[in-house]
Amino acid sequence: MKNKLSIVLSGEAGQGIRTVELLTIRAFKDSGYNVFSTTELMSRVRGGNNTTEIRFSGKKMQAYVDKIDILIILSKNAIFRIENRISKDTLVIGQNSFIEEKYKNGQYKIINLDLSSLAKEAGGIIYSNIIIYGFISGIFNIDLNLIKEHIAKHFSTKGNEIIDNNIKAVTKGYTKGKDLKLNIQIEKDDKIKSQVLLSGTESIGIGALAAGCNFITAYPMSPSTGVIHFLAKHADDFGIVVEQAEDEISAINMIQGAWYAGARAMTTTSGGGFALMEEGISNAAITETPIVIHLAQRPGPSTGLPTKTEQGDLNLALYAGHGEFPRIIFAPGNFEDGIFLTQKAFNLADKYQVPVIILTDQFYIDSYQNIKSIDFSNFNIENHFVETDKDYKRYKLTKDGISPRGIPFHGKGFVRFDSHEHDEGGFITEDPDLRQKMMDKRLGKLNSYFKESIDAEIIGSQNYKTLIVGWGSTYGVIKEAIENINDDDFAFAYFKQIYPLPNNTKEILSKAKKLILIENNATAQFGQLIKRDTGMEFANNILKYNGMPFSVEEITEKIKALK
Amino acid sequence: MIKTNFDFEQIPETDWCPGCGNFSILKVLKETLDELNIDPKKLVISAGIGQAAKTSQYINTNCFNGLHGRALSVACGMKASNPELIVVAEGGDGDMYGEGGNHFIHTIRRNVDIVNIVHNNMVYGLTLGQASPTSQKGSKTSLQLDGVFLEPFNPIAVAISLGASFVARAFSGDMKKLKEILKEAVNHKGYALIDVFHPCVSFNKINTFKWFKNNTYYVEESFDNTDKIAAIKKAFETDKFPLGIIYKNGKKKTFSENLNAYKNDKSPLFKRETDLKKVEKLFLSI
Repeated sequence: MKNKLSIVLSGEAGQGIRTVELLTIRAFKDSGYNVFSTTELMSRVRGGNNTTEIRFSGKKMQAYVDKIDILIILSKNAIFRIENRISKDTLVIGQNSFIEEKYKNGQYKIINLDLSSLAKEAGGIIYSNIIIYGFISGIFNIDLNLIKEHIAKHFSTKGNEIIDNNIKAVTKGYTKGKDLKLNIQIEKDDKIKSQVLLSGTESIGIGALAAGCNFITAYPMSPSTGVIHFLAKHADDFGIVVEQAEDEISAINMIQGAWYAGARAMTTTSGGGFALMEEGISNAAITETPIVIHLAQRPGPSTGLPTKTEQGDLNLALYAGHGEFPRIIFAPGNFEDGIFLTQKAFNLADKYQVPVIILTDQFYIDSYQNIKSIDFSNFNIENHFVETDKDYKRYKLTKDGISPRGIPFHGKGFVRFDSHEHDEGGFITEDPDLRQKMMDKRLGKLNSYFKESIDAEIIGSQNYKTLIVGWGSTYGVIKEAIENINDDDFAFAYFKQIYPLPNNTKEILSKAKKLILIENNATAQFGQLIKRDTGMEFANNILKYNGMPFSVEEITEKIKALK
Repeated sequence: MIKTNFDFEQIPETDWCPGCGNFSILKVLKETLDELNIDPKKLVISAGIGQAAKTSQYINTNCFNGLHGRALSVACGMKASNPELIVVAEGGDGDMYGEGGNHFIHTIRRNVDIVNIVHNNMVYGLTLGQASPTSQKGSKTSLQLDGVFLEPFNPIAVAISLGASFVARAFSGDMKKLKEILKEAVNHKGYALIDVFHPCVSFNKINTFKWFKNNTYYVEESFDNTDKIAAIKKAFETDKFPLGIIYKNGKKKTFSENLNAYKNDKSPLFKRETDLKKVEKLFLSI
């Protein structure tokens, strides 16, 4: 019995591969397998070549692998981009006419699936993707009733005729798959059936809802837009103000007006949009307006690779905005943390009146996996605004630098926010002494945060000699590589709080004889930050910046090479 | 001087030059709000940067004095979060039509229920005299040495064409009329633009008090300001600029009225609580 398996679907944009992906992972999860899927898209609506990788396993995983166990071809020219990922062990399934002659020389196991004829029998080419879904399910002997249920659910708004036609189509594919009698056994666990299957996008959205987020505005930009779509879908149920902004500048200012008036607001964007928000972030800093920004990274500079992944915007988040001011940056690596950190982001923004940035990336956002259910009664929605009295002063100088935040028309006082340097009442001042006091007040606000700061997590042996450092979305791949290496000398330090650096940073790094830094960018930005704030340097960097996420094989080999 | 509910106990020193039109606008604004019995605690001024935006410093109420050009976005966020607030977005021609031009367009399209007061003196004051979007062709400035050759921005025509529900123009030199128009703007349900001509005594030697007086007129009493086509015709008159309420449509749904967040619950967002059990239920059903 195998413990993990990878299926890659390769075809053109517009062929409905995403539907196959979503239906398949749901069917497998509901059958007791851990699932993970990730999509590699070209930036186009039709044509080109897109691939989706689906992995399932008895073990939890959250990473991309190079190795393809089963490759399913949905169009012509669907192999050449992934040629180096297939081997003699790969099962290549597809219509004979889609597979180029050069692959038919006997070195690959090819199974002809006459998709065109099957689709024609089912009623047309439109059924191709559903047939594929049935086919995959058939290979692995998934309960056909479950498949039918999922089809009915998926097409529930389309009427009975469409449901029936799709059930016929899926059954056709299912029978074909089952008839192959491949008998591939993968470990499974019944407990997984009740787990939740979600995307990175949904993890951020759920975290926001659990934080009482009731206002979101954003300008659409891949790969960040899913978050506003998610909240828009639930706006009615949860009473959320959702507005598509005319630009990111508007979005960042609108959420400040919203927080000012008592909302819990966020915006979601990617690098270029975030760059436009910089002035607004600086404004939030001096006015001490809480803000939460989700920054889903994609490779730059400028338009870069709009549909690919990179961790290239850490410095952007770290240094964004003119002037000097504190901020908090989180980078979840798994979806549990995505929910937890997004939830916390709102409370912290409110409590410390600072910008809180949640840093994800295309790989994190667009991938899917199952996670255990979470007890939401453990979450607290902390509202930190106060009812004002008659003599209320917005920027009252306090011991910890945090001035109680009033909101207008809630109490007896006036609430005056100002972007100029200001006095305690919020009026413009140019007094040098007061300026210094206000700067010290703002810069000192996070001093009390260190009590609730989030430590880096050590994964693997606590008695490590070599410590591998990673942050955010590389969590899954480094974790799996460490498990593969299975050596007590190795451990992985997973950083989910990027700034301020966690309290345990220096301690865990100092314990290691050797440090390896892994980042999905070209200039080791997190390494630079660690050096800046702790003085510690990395002798070994594993960096990748071709737009693709790291694969498990790649990380495993590179770590081994540094042994 | 009449003391209003919007005056500070101690009158603050202003940054404005003696004779500046801003003084009249500030005075009229405070008196208007007072006469309309508006609770200063319910009012918020959202302002950007510029000499006009400094108005927010001289009025005793709530304010968010944010970034240059961004007052409308901030105002939109406020009003959408608490529709009970009365929100005035105030700034100059450079602030609202230049730096904030994109927000001007889209705030109008949203029909956010706010009053947008634009102090229009056709020049930049705080940055010492450059052209503004409304500077007339040929105006010589410290930067446009041979005179402005760009087409002047026409806020009235732009606002009407974008479906603004209230569009007016006033002159700071006629405080009585300014107050009348401002009162209607505050009482209007929906976005209300009031572009206020006023002289800049330091940097605009062309469009002076006298120039505005000679080059404007009030729309006739018979003028039907609910007729959009008639209004747009007025908006293009430049021999003499028409003053008064140029266009008005009180029937348009406001931004907040269109938002799902207020469909079942009219209360401001800060008074609401999130049901975590409901979030958990959604999570489990994803």
